[in-house]
Amino acid sequence: MSSAPETENDPNRRDFLFLATGAFAAVGAASIVWPLIDQMNPDASVKALASIEVDLDGVDVGQSITVMWRGKPVFIRRRTDGEIATARNDDNANLIDPQNDVERVQKDEWLIMVGICTHLGCVPLGQAGDFNGWFCPCHGSHYDTSGRIRKGPAPKNLEIPPYNFVNDTRIKVG
Amino acid sequence: MSGESTYNPQSGFTKWLDTRLPILRLAHDSFVDYPTPKNLNYWWTFGGILTFCLITQIVTGIILAMHYTPHIDFAFASVEHIMRDVNYGWLIRYIHANGASMFFLAVYIHIFRGLYYGSYKAPREVLWILGVIIYILMMAAAFMGYVLPWGQMSLWGATVITNLFGAIPLVGESVAIWLWGGFSVDNATLNRFFSLHYLVPFLILGVVVLHIWALHVPGNNNPAGISVQTKKDTLPFHPYYTVKDAFGLSIFLILFSYFIFFEPNVLGHADNYIPANPLVTPAHIVPEWYLLPFYAILRAVPDKLGGVVLMFGAIFVMFLLPWLDTSKVRSGRYRPLFKQFYILFIINCLFLGYLGAQPAEGSYVIMARIATVYYFAHFLVILPILGVVEKPKNVPQSISDSVLGDVAQPNVQAAE
Repeated sequence: MSSAPETENDPNRRDFLFLATGAFAAVGAASIVWPLIDQMNPDASVKALASIEVDLDGVDVGQSITVMWRGKPVFIRRRTDGEIATARNDDNANLIDPQNDVERVQKDEWLIMVGICTHLGCVPLGQAGDFNGWFCPCHGSHYDTSGRIRKGPAPKNLEIPPYNFVNDTRIKVG
Repeated sequence: MSGESTYNPQSGFTKWLDTRLPILRLAHDSFVDYPTPKNLNYWWTFGGILTFCLITQIVTGIILAMHYTPHIDFAFASVEHIMRDVNYGWLIRYIHANGASMFFLAVYIHIFRGLYYGSYKAPREVLWILGVIIYILMMAAAFMGYVLPWGQMSLWGATVITNLFGAIPLVGESVAIWLWGGFSVDNATLNRFFSLHYLVPFLILGVVVLHIWALHVPGNNNPAGISVQTKKDTLPFHPYYTVKDAFGLSIFLILFSYFIFFEPNVLGHADNYIPANPLVTPAHIVPEWYLLPFYAILRAVPDKLGGVVLMFGAIFVMFLLPWLDTSKVRSGRYRPLFKQFYILFIINCLFLGYLGAQPAEGSYVIMARIATVYYFAHFLVILPILGVVEKPKNVPQSISDSVLGDVAQPNVQAAE
């Protein structure tokens, strides 16, 4: 070729074209890869079932019910006065994930939590464990009467789902 | 070994094919006249046994997929349909289910063979790394396959393992939801696990081809751990090792058949014959036996992220093994100190397996912590130091010497 010799490091027209082509191809590839990844996220039919209403009529003090919400159990417990008092007393105890009992309930009596252990997702057993709250049999996490983690490998308190009281005896979860 | 090809096509067709696609030449040079060290023992037959296991799993798996329905409402019933209605369905499913256990049994023997004879050392590092990749893919395939019958252990095992990803800081929860395709392990999860369970064995097959390629460049390691020097050190693969492998496989098949025909459920868990129920967690979730040591490590750590990191670390540390073992001598046969630590390491792995099956409480947790520390210490402390402080025994000059030396020794004594 007859062109003048160029130094190796000099950016020239060809380098620019290489970079521009490469960048264009990379963006194009990423834009087509995203749908292939995002299809694995929850689909519209799963999201459509994301909220439920529950009738609390007939749940007496000291009783619990379990309802399904988003494929997970939700514990609804009507707590006894003793349980509420213990939970309030322990606000200042040595908590792994510090949170006051009042922040975890809307009405003192009703404790509403996702029944999934925050360790690896098992369903804890009610009114069991060292703190007479919930106990996860899988890897030994103990929760208290406010659903707070007190002992064991779980890092967090049992999750409080978004909910509100539609009326005195009816709640909407989600 | 990449030596001269000895393939000599005889017929008109094979000559014609050889100049167009020399696939018969490749097969001849790889599996017929492939020069193999002449001192290989029966621990070396597990490569062939593992190939057999992979093919068995693929063939039985393709058949099972013809009768299985990957939907939460039908999966459990379709497995029972296979067991009761499909012609020989019980046999094919029991081969597949027990085949997974046999596959892991063989791979563990294969791995510990490599650990003892230093098969991971130069120039076989890439061969070793490819093997670790196969092992990880095997665990992924086994885990997803265990989910498919949609029993209690399927659901809760899947829940525990997918929740491991939730331990990743910041993005953990999004990753878990993405893996599930929902807010818990549900139909979307089962469906995609079926798809991936069908894919992974073919990935394994691909990596196995690379593994054999990487084996055939430096050639086999051998019990003496010394490299092949002359043709006197080798034998052709066929018939010497095809026959030896076939005999080893026959013995292995006796054990395999015992499980299929006499104890088909002993390696599984009874709870998996209860249909999956997202409201009730079994009292005691345990993985299949071949994952128990890692499960013990996971539960030994009182911190979620820490447990997950150590469990994956226990596998990933094997990638570094070729550089952690500082000894120049390959075979454990000539390393008196290493030999003792090797036995301790095996005992420790079995002990971790035992602890993985026990409830995570009290003294079991303490013992699991000690065993976990020892597991990592073996790789990160003991092996690097041993290579420096150990005085190895005399290594023979050649493979021929190592073989003949055993015979020559008594003769020398007889002459005295």
